[in-house]
Amino acid sequence: MKNLTAAERVAIARHPQRPNITDYIDGLFTDFFEMKGDRLCREDPAILGGVALYHDRPVTVIGTRKGKTAEESIRCNFGMPGPEGYRKALRLMRQAEKFRRPVLTFVDTSGAYPGLEAEARGQGEAIARNLYEMSRLTVPVITVITGEGNSGGALALAVADRVLMLENAVYAILSPEGFASILWKDAARHEEACGLMKLTAPDLLALGVTDDLIPEPEGGAHLAPARTIREVDRALSRHLAALLKESGPNLAAKRYLKFRKMGVSQSKEAAPPREEP
Amino acid sequence: MNSIFAKRRNRLLAMKALRDNYVPGDRLTVCPKCGQEHQRGAVAKDLFVCPGCGYHFPLGAYHRLSMILDSGSFRELNEKLLAADPLSFPGYREKQRAAQRKTGLNEAAVTATGTVGGRKCVVGVMDSRFFMGSMSAAVGEKITLAIEYAAKNKLPLILFCASGGARMQEGILSLMQMAKTSAALARFSEKGLLYISVLTDPTTGGVTASFASLGDIILAEPGALIGFAGPRVIQQTIGETLPEGFQRAEYQEEHGFVDAVVPRSQLRETLSRLLRLHEKGGRS
Repeated sequence: MKNLTAAERVAIARHPQRPNITDYIDGLFTDFFEMKGDRLCREDPAILGGVALYHDRPVTVIGTRKGKTAEESIRCNFGMPGPEGYRKALRLMRQAEKFRRPVLTFVDTSGAYPGLEAEARGQGEAIARNLYEMSRLTVPVITVITGEGNSGGALALAVADRVLMLENAVYAILSPEGFASILWKDAARHEEACGLMKLTAPDLLALGVTDDLIPEPEGGAHLAPARTIREVDRALSRHLAALLKESGPNLAAKRYLKFRKMGVSQSKEAAPPREEP
Repeated sequence: MNSIFAKRRNRLLAMKALRDNYVPGDRLTVCPKCGQEHQRGAVAKDLFVCPGCGYHFPLGAYHRLSMILDSGSFRELNEKLLAADPLSFPGYREKQRAAQRKTGLNEAAVTATGTVGGRKCVVGVMDSRFFMGSMSAAVGEKITLAIEYAAKNKLPLILFCASGGARMQEGILSLMQMAKTSAALARFSEKGLLYISVLTDPTTGGVTASFASLGDIILAEPGALIGFAGPRVIQQTIGETLPEGFQRAEYQEEHGFVDAVVPRSQLRETLSRLLRLHEKGGRS
């Protein structure tokens, strides 16, 4: 398990039988009630969200939805949300704050959908708004990266107090194919890109981008979904218990500092500007 | 005393702006949009807008600041903050040095304090010549420090956006800058302060999906490309030709994502007016 290359982990993360949002909802929660629509124009099936009980505590659950069958995949646009999906997610997060419920998000997406209508309805604005609002939520927010977490499309659900990652999940600025095509104008060099991008769970834990790594069964989560879900449960309950001890404003303040520190340049720190002489 | 320092600062900015003057051509300039040839002097006089078709040439960061700020008011913030190489990406250091030599910039963003129409504010400008204006951790840090400086000193904030998106060589840390800058803006906004974002050609990717889209007021220069996904990627995804004018400033205005498309000749006056309109208690 320890010797998997980044490219092999990408393949496992994308395995069609990997547990998806529906499996996690069935395995971790009871009484799930799905809530649809952004209340502006549309329902986006690429994001699934609602309220449920987690160990008898009401929580808001939100996750990107990749289908397992061809039909389901088409219906949920292969897990690539549009702005309506992100706006629905934000609506549910605001509701979570109103009812003082923790927010648990599950991320598995190749990215936000790059389509004409998505652009016309403000894909960029929708993602930006989520980052802005999530940074100041006063309820606990935990994200689990379960498969692929690519681009702003993943981050828009991942400004969390704790970002947990399954052992073979990947989290990156964009897909290795896109990365290779932008940097070298050659998407075929994606395996080489995987090696350089630092997108695996151990890499990201070391970089301080994620907070914990959830072990997977040998060969990948798809080989033993029930065991994987148990591991996710164990990690989730541990982190949630710790966060529930904190006050709302404290959570928001700590979350801010966590992201504030990311990528602070170690180079020459500039002196504060001089005051008027 | 004050005026001596102001004069010196003004001369410094003028020198940097001159070096930034990168509209192509020696005496004649060919407009990349309409293909017409114009006297370079005439283009410069029109603030680097094509006299024929109104195409807005991209501007260097210092050049832009010299156009917007009152003479003598420019003071740069965090000038020496340089990009790091957080992923130890092969060849990145060399590329950084080459971009620094080519542009005379330390990074793809310049931040400063100054006055516009006599009103003090914090202004950040992205420069698309430096790594396509992509968001490195240092760019994110500079923008965040500028937001925090404005919040601390209760000043309005103006950010001129121009970006090709993420800095590939910094990978996930580039992505995290979106969260960092957006979170800083949320705190800034809670203080009741004004943030104006000005979208210039091109504003795409992670910058669009963070601070560019979060202005209390969002202005755009005519014809600027503004979007999350680039037109090439969209075309590949949907497999059809994109409509004329798709993702341009006027299109974004029509779709409700830009308050006003403002020609360069009116930008300074517009910003000055907006600052005046947001003065506390309406004093002028």
